[in-house]
Amino acid sequence: MAKSQSASLDRKKLLADPIMVTTIILLIVFLTVFILYPLAILLVDSFLTDGHFTMDTFKRVMALPNFRRAISNTLKVGFLVGIASALIGLLFAYVEVYVKLRTKFMEGLFKVVSMLPVVSPPFVLSLSMIMLFGKAGIITRFLLHIYDNSVYGFWGIAIVQTLTFFPVCYMMLKGLLKNIDPSLEEAARDMGASRFKVFMTVTFPLILPGLGNAFLVTFIESSADFANPMIIGGSYDTLATTIYLQITGAYDKQGAAAMAVVLLAITLLMFVVQKYYLEAKSTATLSGKASRERMLITDKSVTVPLTILCSALALFVIIMYICVPFGAMFRTWGYDFHLTFKWFGLVFTKYKGFKAFKDSFILSLISAPITALLSMIISYLVVKRKFKAKGFIEAVSMLAMAVPGTVLGIGYIRGFSGGLFGSGILQGLYGTGAILVIVFIVRSLPTGTRSGISALRQIDKSIEESAYDMGADSFKVFMTVTLPLIKDSFLSGFVTSFVRSITAISAIILLVTPSYLLITVQINEFAEKGSYGIACAFASILILITYSSVLIMNLIIKHFGTSRKVTIEE
Amino acid sequence: MAKEKKGVRLEHISKIYKDPKTGKDFYAVKDANLEIEPGSFVTLLGPSGCGKTTTLRMIAGFESPDEGEIYLGNEPINALTPNKRDTAMVFQSYALLPHYNIFDNVAYGLKLRKLDKSVIKEKVTDILKLVGLEGMENRMTNQLSGGQQQRVALARALVIEPGVLLFDEPLSNLDAKLRVSMRTEIRRIQQEAGITAIYVTHDQSEAMAISDKVIIMNKGLVEQISTPQEAYYYPNNKFVADFIGEANFLNGTVKSQDVVVIDGAEVKCSTGSMEPGAQCSVVLRPEGAFLGDNGAIRGKVMYSCFMGAYQDYHIQVADALVKIQEYNPKNKKIYNVGDEVFLNFEDNTLYAL
Repeated sequence: MAKSQSASLDRKKLLADPIMVTTIILLIVFLTVFILYPLAILLVDSFLTDGHFTMDTFKRVMALPNFRRAISNTLKVGFLVGIASALIGLLFAYVEVYVKLRTKFMEGLFKVVSMLPVVSPPFVLSLSMIMLFGKAGIITRFLLHIYDNSVYGFWGIAIVQTLTFFPVCYMMLKGLLKNIDPSLEEAARDMGASRFKVFMTVTFPLILPGLGNAFLVTFIESSADFANPMIIGGSYDTLATTIYLQITGAYDKQGAAAMAVVLLAITLLMFVVQKYYLEAKSTATLSGKASRERMLITDKSVTVPLTILCSALALFVIIMYICVPFGAMFRTWGYDFHLTFKWFGLVFTKYKGFKAFKDSFILSLISAPITALLSMIISYLVVKRKFKAKGFIEAVSMLAMAVPGTVLGIGYIRGFSGGLFGSGILQGLYGTGAILVIVFIVRSLPTGTRSGISALRQIDKSIEESAYDMGADSFKVFMTVTLPLIKDSFLSGFVTSFVRSITAISAIILLVTPSYLLITVQINEFAEKGSYGIACAFASILILITYSSVLIMNLIIKHFGTSRKVTIEE
Repeated sequence: MAKEKKGVRLEHISKIYKDPKTGKDFYAVKDANLEIEPGSFVTLLGPSGCGKTTTLRMIAGFESPDEGEIYLGNEPINALTPNKRDTAMVFQSYALLPHYNIFDNVAYGLKLRKLDKSVIKEKVTDILKLVGLEGMENRMTNQLSGGQQQRVALARALVIEPGVLLFDEPLSNLDAKLRVSMRTEIRRIQQEAGITAIYVTHDQSEAMAISDKVIIMNKGLVEQISTPQEAYYYPNNKFVADFIGEANFLNGTVKSQDVVVIDGAEVKCSTGSMEPGAQCSVVLRPEGAFLGDNGAIRGKVMYSCFMGAYQDYHIQVADALVKIQEYNPKNKKIYNVGDEVFLNFEDNTLYAL
């Protein structure tokens, strides 16, 4: 049987659609040049010396004791943070889905906790950790009278990362728990199992793949995290910071490339296991929708301790975030608690705050719509169209999720500072705002694409087919049908991308030139110097910006989103 | 109403798919040769997985055939994309655009053709009237019942005056009563518009009620192309006989051109060109026999049940269990389980395969 005729007909049909073909080609070029090429150049860099294949570079960096330490540090932190985040996430998810706590206060707490990691810059918790528990920390110094507490190092990183990443696990596991059919657990109860037994023999096995999934996602995030180890790591270096120091301190670009390859290999391995093994498994076991509402646990011996535990954790996290604006309002943290606006003043006078906010804001605002549109186009092509390069486009845009920002940054330095393959082509890009915008796009693309894909999967394929059948070409179908139907996903992709870009640091800290001041880079700089007042002032304003953009987006979706028609027309 | 009625011709059309479980290629449609007359109403009929929807989607352009060529009128259309084909499809799920109101849904195809606003308005109003939805222009799609949504989908397809109208199981999401009234409606509108229609369904009564011709498919193969009457009275094979209506198969031996011997008894039965002495299966429809205390073939009642319009019997005849329905049972003798009974046949009711 030969399927050649249909293949050639499908190709002809595709070629009859020039806009579609151009889009696909441009996408492939973009993904290749800005994701695959920089990663490939790292491989070339680390395996090739003077045109010969060699393992020398690897041998050299592996011989560095601090690099070997960094590998084990990264794995240790990642492992602990992964487990802790998955477990705390599970606790929160379980309490939300299974336990009756219908008080406004608790619901508010849970909402805030799920929202915070989205709107906050990545290293805010490190700042407040230092301010609460450090040498001059309010809690350690003034409440407990410990004067030499060190928060720097393994435990500092682990605690801060866990508090940063567990909300992501909570959101993931919440979705899974909600999909468990309550009658499964009721059947077990009915046969005489205690509540604990039900959890251990029914609920837990069902979400085990999901738990593994949450663990690996957190592990990847933790290994890729640059800002927290930078600020709170002290002398405890992880791979991300070691690579950064290798290139900014030791000026060893080739060594940094080899180190980046090692970090990439770790995250990529985790990603492949997570994506192709666990993700499929966790959705396969829980594909059924809950048949009806779950009877919530009202038993006081269960609800009271769980409620207390969760509120305590949630309040702790919230206090840590609140600590940041306060840090910007005291004269000298830890010594002089007079309220002052001098730090905010300094931000905007001496430290060119306006320029920093303008640069960050504009670059992020340019990248956000491009990212949102690009991810919607990719989702449309992946979900709704059939063509050869589809697998490539999907894989590469998802691959970006597993690439740590530091690795991407090194790749861009090695790949673009001398133009493509050192030829000078595209060299003009290096050092400009454009390359920062591109990095922002590449870093936010996977999240946007994932949300676009899941939104499009909900939409019956025949709706687009009908438009196509009526005579619309692909472009018309996309503009008049697809995009309006996933408007919400587009808007949230827009804001997510904006927030991610304006709070990004790991990749761009390697690429930014003095002509651009970026807020996150400023915060990092002042935090490293120990100027916590200035760092907190920058961070507070940044949180304000990101928080208001999320609020504005919610307002827009509420008033112009897809749910509107039902409410207004009836 | 249509600019030009177009016929559709499929020449040696095949479509190959990969079985997702075994990874092996198989023919979803194999060597289909169809000639659909301009202006006629033709149904692709068969059980699920028989290739009927695949065939329709190849005509619409959503799937590409692996062998053969499809002609619309006299034009080969294999390489044309769906938007370039002079076809319009009514989808099973209606596929209305949820972000548009009824008017904009129906006007969608006309706007793409860059018609004048006033012309669009006139055409949409006319077509909504034809499908019985006048005055509903400003409703959103989720404010309509299933039947109304189906009418919008039909109006949307009709308004662009396609050469051929395609229906993909359009009534399967409606309840039984509405299905019956909608199919009459679809037939009326097709006649009024004078348009060629190809209709996919697995419901044989729907196919019979609506079509000029039925194309019966099974496992990718076209089993029979004929009028509904021919398919019922003169099925090509056991599959068609069993799929169109209910059928009993009795083993027999051909005696002459119109006599077959069943269980030792000679009965009248058209045998076509079969040789005397050949073994054959005789198709007996449940309403084709009447019971009596004596007659041609002896049997024993195994099941007897009053169904209102008819008495339902299962009768053991030689090695076959035969289902018989005797209509108007009030005026007939009722046989009970265990009774001995004889089957008699009206002329022209038996058909040998």
